[in-house]
Amino acid sequence: MNYRMIANILGWLMIFESMFLAVPTIAAAVFWESEFFVFLGTALFCLAAGLLITRKKPANTVLYSREGFVIVSLSWIVLSLFGSIPFMLSGAIPSFVDALFEAVSGFSTTGATVITDVEVMPRSILMWRSFTHWVGGMGVLVFIMAFLPLSGGQNMHIMKAESPGPSVSKLVPHVKTTAMLLYSIYFALTLIMFVTLMIGGMDPFEALNTAFATGGTGGMGLKNTSMGGYPAHIQIIITVFMVLFAINFNSYFFIIHAKFREAFTTEVLTFLAIAAAATTVIAFNINGIYNNMSDSFRHSAFTVASIMSTTGFSTEDFNLWPELSRSLIVMLMFVGGCAGSTSGGIKVSRILILFKSMKKELELLVHPKQVKKINIDGHPIEHEVVRSVNVYMVGYVLVFAVSMVILAFDNMDLITNFTAVASAMNNVGPGLELAGPASNFSIFSEPVKLVLIFDMLTGRLELFPILLLLSPTTWKK
Amino acid sequence: MNIIIVGCGKVGQTLAQLLNEEGNDITVIDMNPAKVNETAARYDVLGVVGNGATHLTQQEAGIKNADLLIAVTGSDELNLLCCLIAKKAGNCHTIARVRSPQYSSEAPYLKEELGLAMVINPEQAAAAEIARVLRFPSAMKIDTFAKGRVELLKFKLPEGSPLEGLAVKEISTKLHCDVLVCTVERGDKAYIAKGDFRFMEKDVISIIASPKNASNFFKTIKYKMNSVKDVMIVGGGNITHYLSEILDRAGIGVKIIEKEQAKCEELAEKLQFATVINGDAVDQQVLFEEGIESAGAFVALTNLDEENILLSLFAKSVSSGKLVTKVNRIDFDDVIRHLELDTVIYPKNITAETIVRYVRAMKNTIGSNVETLYSVIKGKVDAAEFIIRDNSPVAGKPLMEMKLKPSILVASILRDKKVIIPRGGDTIEVGDSVIIVSDFPLHDIAEILDI
Repeated sequence: MNYRMIANILGWLMIFESMFLAVPTIAAAVFWESEFFVFLGTALFCLAAGLLITRKKPANTVLYSREGFVIVSLSWIVLSLFGSIPFMLSGAIPSFVDALFEAVSGFSTTGATVITDVEVMPRSILMWRSFTHWVGGMGVLVFIMAFLPLSGGQNMHIMKAESPGPSVSKLVPHVKTTAMLLYSIYFALTLIMFVTLMIGGMDPFEALNTAFATGGTGGMGLKNTSMGGYPAHIQIIITVFMVLFAINFNSYFFIIHAKFREAFTTEVLTFLAIAAAATTVIAFNINGIYNNMSDSFRHSAFTVASIMSTTGFSTEDFNLWPELSRSLIVMLMFVGGCAGSTSGGIKVSRILILFKSMKKELELLVHPKQVKKINIDGHPIEHEVVRSVNVYMVGYVLVFAVSMVILAFDNMDLITNFTAVASAMNNVGPGLELAGPASNFSIFSEPVKLVLIFDMLTGRLELFPILLLLSPTTWKK
Repeated sequence: MNIIIVGCGKVGQTLAQLLNEEGNDITVIDMNPAKVNETAARYDVLGVVGNGATHLTQQEAGIKNADLLIAVTGSDELNLLCCLIAKKAGNCHTIARVRSPQYSSEAPYLKEELGLAMVINPEQAAAAEIARVLRFPSAMKIDTFAKGRVELLKFKLPEGSPLEGLAVKEISTKLHCDVLVCTVERGDKAYIAKGDFRFMEKDVISIIASPKNASNFFKTIKYKMNSVKDVMIVGGGNITHYLSEILDRAGIGVKIIEKEQAKCEELAEKLQFATVINGDAVDQQVLFEEGIESAGAFVALTNLDEENILLSLFAKSVSSGKLVTKVNRIDFDDVIRHLELDTVIYPKNITAETIVRYVRAMKNTIGSNVETLYSVIKGKVDAAEFIIRDNSPVAGKPLMEMKLKPSILVASILRDKKVIIPRGGDTIEVGDSVIIVSDFPLHDIAEILDI
């Protein structure tokens, strides 16, 4: 294990975090809030610590797969720890566990909050919450890689560990250029959304926050009613962008290069098909409540987009919707968006691989000697990928089950517990019942919050990095 | 530059690594997904799984925007096919590794008719490298032009050499040598040396000459070449064949020891100048009988790495001659280095390095019609090889009548396989291959004229 190199990259991470903290610092300065000093102080501290650590470049810069995973999981923990300082120091969220919960929820793009009344919070704090979504959405190490002069295959290990989805594909030969391209697309989409929201009548602060929170598919809003208080056309704009941010960013790269066949992959089409089907079913199901087909469709589409992209915004309290809608919403949480997007969940590509391998297994029972490969878009999926997806599923269920049991100590009802864990692991935000869109996570005890923090990080990093961090084999020589 | 490499074997991987380090965008193609993933992850390149000779795979690898395709799979035919298809599918240069002597002897045809930019034969390249080591142990650097018929050599003038104090033009008048001095480095300064320029000790001099004339020149100036007079080669494969021919041209005696009778007869027929011994080199008696103790150099070229290493170790213990050992597997080079076997040749590395050198030159000459480009003094003086096509402004006139730029040197002219070291009265004709030394980048032969 190359500890010096790990420390070096973590040092760089802190330098970058100080730059991220500049955003709420500026917001505090603009709105003349006393939090300015809190943000500035934290930023300067991170910068100083980062510079101190990175001052000496390690002699051995070689990183192997295990270092890649360790760096990614440690980075996210360090990022969240320092990101929680402003919440505590400003007095917005005095307790450490609560502040950490808020920071992890932000960076992991979950969007679950422990703040009971968002509307009284200082604007710079709100800005920091939204901005953590944006940073966490695409992955902070991918961002660092776009700038840090790491050589060759080294950063491929990091990208593999941080990028969502069963396998990583590069767009161009260099990892660095790929990272830059992805961030350019991300930045451009966010900018377009910001401008569109401004045209739609939001003020710049609201538009920026909403664009950040949607871009990272996070879901922390500025209002206690999330997006419920906004006019219909704003809700429609957000719906469209939530869907856009849940689509594999590679697709945009291919669209720019006019390669439409590569852009509309089976995964993207399946994602859109599931979303369309779910929207229709839920719209008819809730039509009894709204008595107006267009309203039903708007709320249904918004909710489906919000849940599948794992943003977690809401226009209506879907906890009060009929059972069919509620069940569908919970199922959609698990599906999530496409691989290579900013969304969470299991991801459509994994679901596709799982279904295809089940089909293959069934056919094998009929023709025991049959040789068959799993294909997606005409490309055979390698055995390693299939195996990794299967193991991912097993690990996912295990972590889920253990979390559920620990949550039960708080003596809440099963639906609350189940959806709270599902929402945390899939980085959605709201669950049902007591964890529903109208309530928040402050009802849980501190140990349970720690479990949910673990679930959010595990979900965002797709299980393996965090599990590897805890596994003794990683640390053996 | 966008480069596609077909074949992720040792050579392909080495190429991916070296070329990537020089800032090129590399895409590798191989049929074996595991190989592709390994290469892609290790060297930060893009991987495509598929048959590199199919249009579909090449398209997927982005042949349309590629500047160069390098085919280094295990199969000659596949490599050539890759290049042919790439030539049609995209507008790129192509390099093929061709191992079989049947094909590689047709390299000029392949280059001209099929449009390949370079045909590299690993065995031939290895032979050239071994010959260089044997012939010019003291020379600091050697490059070849015009397929080896002209050499660019760089050496440091020792104290008390007859050359000291002479002017450049006196090399032909007083020493009667047919070589051309290109550049002289004195301290930090570099000169394109002409006529009255006088040499001083410790000058680093580059000359251009045919191999034979170069040998003559070094003899005349009493430059200690430490070059060998006779070589004992073990193993009668392709490298031996190529090496013997080069050594013979340079006037070095060749003795070949080969186990198989049939191979011996074939060698004896083709290489009539060489002494071919049919015997097992593992038998020390045979080696002593053939005078291993007094041989100027011992070259181990059998197909077995282990046998080559052991033979060289043995030779080292009984003789003081130079040792050259061929090793195919690169993986243990660290260990082998500790054995102190003088020179160890890795044909795969040589192939990769030769291609990298070509790519470097190509990068400098994109959009020009430079055939080969070498750096004589890094970043200061280049030597470029041009082929004169119809209606070139420089064709047909004697050199003394042309108004050339002052920092230009017409270093040599290759006509009908003969090397001409140009003097004032010589002319450049259509079809000639001309080497120009200059201290600024050239893109076209016409740029040498001072207009």
